[in-house]
Amino acid sequence: MITLILRDLRIAVRAGGGFGLSLAFFFIIVIFFPFAIGPNLELLSKVAPGVLWVGALLACLLSIERIFALDFEDGTLDLLVTSPLPLEGVVISKALVHWLTTGLPLIFLTPFLGVLLGLQNSSIFFLVISLIFGTPALSIIGTFGAALTAGMKRGGLLLSILVLPLFIPTLIFGAEAARRGIEGFETQTSMLLLLGVTLLSWAILPFAAASVLKINLR
Amino acid sequence: MSFWEYANPVKFLKLSGTVLPYFSILAAITIIAGITWGFLFTPDDYKQGATVKILYVHVPSAFIAINAWFMMLVASIIWLIRRHHVSALAAKAAAPIGIAMTIIGLVTGALWGQPMWGTWWEWDPKLTSFLILFLFYLGYIVLWAAVEDPDTAADLTSILCVVGSVFAVLSRYATVFWNQGLHQDASLSVDKEEHVADVFYYPLIVVMAGFVLLFIALVLLNTRSEIMKRKAGAIIARGKI
Repeated sequence: MITLILRDLRIAVRAGGGFGLSLAFFFIIVIFFPFAIGPNLELLSKVAPGVLWVGALLACLLSIERIFALDFEDGTLDLLVTSPLPLEGVVISKALVHWLTTGLPLIFLTPFLGVLLGLQNSSIFFLVISLIFGTPALSIIGTFGAALTAGMKRGGLLLSILVLPLFIPTLIFGAEAARRGIEGFETQTSMLLLLGVTLLSWAILPFAAASVLKINLR
Repeated sequence: MSFWEYANPVKFLKLSGTVLPYFSILAAITIIAGITWGFLFTPDDYKQGATVKILYVHVPSAFIAINAWFMMLVASIIWLIRRHHVSALAAKAAAPIGIAMTIIGLVTGALWGQPMWGTWWEWDPKLTSFLILFLFYLGYIVLWAAVEDPDTAADLTSILCVVGSVFAVLSRYATVFWNQGLHQDASLSVDKEEHVADVFYYPLIVVMAGFVLLFIALVLLNTRSEIMKRKAGAIIARGKI
């Protein structure tokens, strides 16, 4: 499993691996909002948590398709299925790599974008915490979606229609936690609920994704 | 003689062919009777006036919209465990009806909300969760359409239905947490005292029963046509045409 994670990480970082693409996408999406809404920092700081959360979600979505597509094409996935590692383990390592290459860099980028949108330091703190709790859920849900559409020719658009509704609870709790923190309310409840969604996703989705992969590889 | 006997498509076709006309006629009678009763022979509400009559379409369609998903979930689980094709096809057949009922619920709700709340739309938990339900139906239907091999499609959509149910329930409670609403509490519930006055209640029950019958009739009809489509496909594949 560790070997698999390291291998996927190496592929992702290597040229052409797509690492950084979703990060650049996140950056561009977020700086487009001031252009669209106007340069009013007061207004921007109000919508900032929502903008950053939706941006993170779209950036994750963009890179999801690649999780299984390449391995499916060159047959690596067939080898992984026949390897002694359970398929659930493969799914978990893939999701983990997706989070390490998309979710984690995104969290590091968030404070800078938060400054651009006029957020105070304390607000950025809450936003970053909510992203740390929430983005792992996006990765595992996305991996499930990628497993569903693995092997389909035109999976991209379908993938977004399948995956985005599943992102709703994470988005609601995550953005709510960030907003409450910024407005000075207590955040414990929403943070715990967000963490609950993440843990629940990690508990059930590897099994669902593995069975879906088996069906797709029949 | 057990219930599972009707997992055999031939037996299912025979049975459903026999009962379908009865369900259809009963559905037509109860819906027409209930709606006529509700629209013409009940008084206007003292606050809401005649708009209260949207109730007779709004509540049953919302009821079916939710329970159609539940029926799909049960059928999907049966398919995953026992692999009866009829069950997978019944789940497929219920989805378009469910999404139609969701849309009817949303539209009648908007028409009712405009005069009563002064707005077509409000990000209220109930309204929002219906919108989310609509998205889940959409994903389910799109996945059925996207996969060519019917057995693979049945497997994938069943798992999506099970996973989707978990997330749909999560979303439903998330929306409650996210915004307190305008919408009134459940109009009907088993464990609580009556929420709707008796004059409105009895016609509503009749219409609800009618909608349930209509749903059963439509699911049977859709499942039958799916089975026949399968049969036709098999015949074409064997080159017998």
